[in-house]
Amino acid sequence: MSMRVLVGVKRVIDYAVKVRVKPDKMGVVTDGVKHSMNPFDEIAVEEAIRLKEKKIVKEVVAVSCGPTQSQETIRTALAMGCDRGIHVEITGKEYENLQPFHVSKILAKIAKEEDVDMVILGKQAIDGDNNQTGQMTAAVLDWPQATFASEVKKNNGDLTVTREVDGGLETINVKLPAVITTDLRLNEPRYATLPNIMKAKKKPIAKKTVADYDVDISPRQEVLSVEDPPVREAGSKIIGNTV
Amino acid sequence: MIRGVISKLGKGGVSLKNYKCFQRQSLTTEWLYPSYKQPGVSFSTSTCCGSKDLELTSVRYNVERGNYSKVTEADIAEFAKIVPNRLVTDADEIAGYNTDWLRIVKGASQVLLKPKTTKEVSAILKHCNNRHLAVVPQGGNTGLVGGSVPVFDEIIISTQLMNNIISLDDLSGTLVCQSGCVLESLDNYVSEKGFIFPLDLGAKGSCHIGGNVSTNAGGLRLLRYGSLHGSVLGVEAVLADGRVIDCLSTLRKDNTGYDMKQMFIGSEGTLGMVTAVSVLCPTRPKACNVAFLGCTNFADVLSTFKSAKGMLGEILSAFEFLDHQCIEVVEQHLDGVKSPLETDYPFYVLIETSGSNAEHDEEKLNQFLESVMSKGTVQDGTVATDMTKIKAIWGLRERIAEALLHDGYCYKYDISLPINKIYDLVEVMRNRLEKTAVRSVGYGHLGDGNLHYNTTSREFNKDLYGQIEPFIFEWTAQHKGSISAEHGMGFMKKNYMRYSKSEGAFDLMTQMKQLMDPNGILNPYKTLPKQY
Repeated sequence: MSMRVLVGVKRVIDYAVKVRVKPDKMGVVTDGVKHSMNPFDEIAVEEAIRLKEKKIVKEVVAVSCGPTQSQETIRTALAMGCDRGIHVEITGKEYENLQPFHVSKILAKIAKEEDVDMVILGKQAIDGDNNQTGQMTAAVLDWPQATFASEVKKNNGDLTVTREVDGGLETINVKLPAVITTDLRLNEPRYATLPNIMKAKKKPIAKKTVADYDVDISPRQEVLSVEDPPVREAGSKIIGNTV
Repeated sequence: MIRGVISKLGKGGVSLKNYKCFQRQSLTTEWLYPSYKQPGVSFSTSTCCGSKDLELTSVRYNVERGNYSKVTEADIAEFAKIVPNRLVTDADEIAGYNTDWLRIVKGASQVLLKPKTTKEVSAILKHCNNRHLAVVPQGGNTGLVGGSVPVFDEIIISTQLMNNIISLDDLSGTLVCQSGCVLESLDNYVSEKGFIFPLDLGAKGSCHIGGNVSTNAGGLRLLRYGSLHGSVLGVEAVLADGRVIDCLSTLRKDNTGYDMKQMFIGSEGTLGMVTAVSVLCPTRPKACNVAFLGCTNFADVLSTFKSAKGMLGEILSAFEFLDHQCIEVVEQHLDGVKSPLETDYPFYVLIETSGSNAEHDEEKLNQFLESVMSKGTVQDGTVATDMTKIKAIWGLRERIAEALLHDGYCYKYDISLPINKIYDLVEVMRNRLEKTAVRSVGYGHLGDGNLHYNTTSREFNKDLYGQIEPFIFEWTAQHKGSISAEHGMGFMKKNYMRYSKSEGAFDLMTQMKQLMDPNGILNPYKTLPKQY
């Protein structure tokens, strides 16, 4: 098999960090805050590597759109086992205004250019919680989509995907090429081993800009205000007999 | 001077319970330490040990009760006046305070007091001293040598409700708080202001700072920040007769006479009950990395340590080691905890770096890793930079003690040795106990020369116990080690002090106890052998 897979890896504020709103209420504090790979993207990387280990896939390409530091996230994906990376550098105001709508167009362009058979993305990023990029990418490409995957199996030329839906599991067949988004139970991502971390340093990362893909990333929406969630009030104890 | 502190405790404190930022933090760590959460309550019956009722300490170790009075109705009435509604006499409720989470000791106290202020502690002790009633101060009850649990009917004075933070100096990082503050809450509190608490240990979710100070707890950050004898700037303690000793200085330097606060650090509540402390908190490092490495023999672990000191120097914040038997016990008994490495190795090393610049640190760490890999002292490993993985790897190390309990009964030894001898002891003991013990494991703070040697059996076995002690202490003394590196003497180790202390030092300790607690009411049967 000579399939090629594209995985999206977003750099987000670390899951364990307490997020703070900026004093001007126009966003959250990111300077000096620990970042890591979006956990759902980690699952996407793991799934792609497993397909490679099963010899179903020949090459895994990791892509990230964002500031220079996004390369660290790509490096992490390479250390886990991806073959090469593509960094689409988007910084400052442009990055702040970047939406799933823009990212999906960039991803679709790359998918075409790299001639991939499958795009695996996290079902959502834990910073924006949009849950849109995968669906939009499939729409732009006009490919079938299998979202919220908890199991992916190759079945001749098709994929059999188990999806986590309200009230249970749904199993569907999709034709390739296709877009898959990962749910939490799909797999448990591995730790990158030292020899692989060393090897990853030598793997290539192509540096690109939005202009290379001819995508318009002018903002489609405007942030009016970012607020802290309301503070939960302390409960009170109800004294009485339980039934 | 004394009054000043008491009034501060009464008013200005910030109650931890109302401190909103803990909600998220505690959620993320709760799963790490489930069994510490309610010492003795949630798993005192059958969850992990499978044994029936625990034998009383006084019966198992054949202890004779000291010549103390027994609590009367009049005493209870007096206590009710001092701590209204915070006096517990219900046996079920006291049960958890009468035993430890390791289930190695059990007392028979019938009275539990929960003071909120230094003044109340003082009034309690004054009454007890006059009446010749023995007491045991108790914090989070996470100790490992039975130091915080009564042996007979000592009155338990819990610091549970003394949990106010009094002040934090933004500039110097000096934190002043009451002794019942939970360690993890303090670390969360100071981290909001950009500081780190200089002490960190596995039981952080429930241990109290008063207990930490009283036992001079060591833990995971000692390598970087030193012992509590250095980072504690001040202590307020109440003596047996109720006198409040105010040494609650916030000064870094203070050479006016004898440094009396040191007497309360590590004396396990036998010289006075700690009611408040001031601690110097360093600036919180911005970048943190954790590496988990596999080594084929102990010589390689030592050589890795040497390289780490040379190449990571100022950013090295922990160097822990564990043997494969530790991984086995953790994987066998705890759900969802497993080694991040695919292959098994006889030894593992956990290295943590903390610094101010993530890029610099990473570069240093990478150079170090490349060097030890190319030398072949490290066979394999992984590096964690995101918090989830960092916590998972630390969890592997911190939960060994918890996993061992699932074997049945755990015999714990906490030994200081010259670093090159540190693992010899494990091998000697493993051979010696091969036929009787379920397993023998060695892990610990290699950077501090501190070994935790643990062995387990299905249930408490007197023969096995006799094979371990006093042999292990004799061996340690022969090799110029200390029989208690950081756990203290408590009840379990008190009779073996002479293996590590000279006669002169021992005599002076006895005189000190005489002077500060002439009636011997403070935490009797602990720390010192003989009549105390």
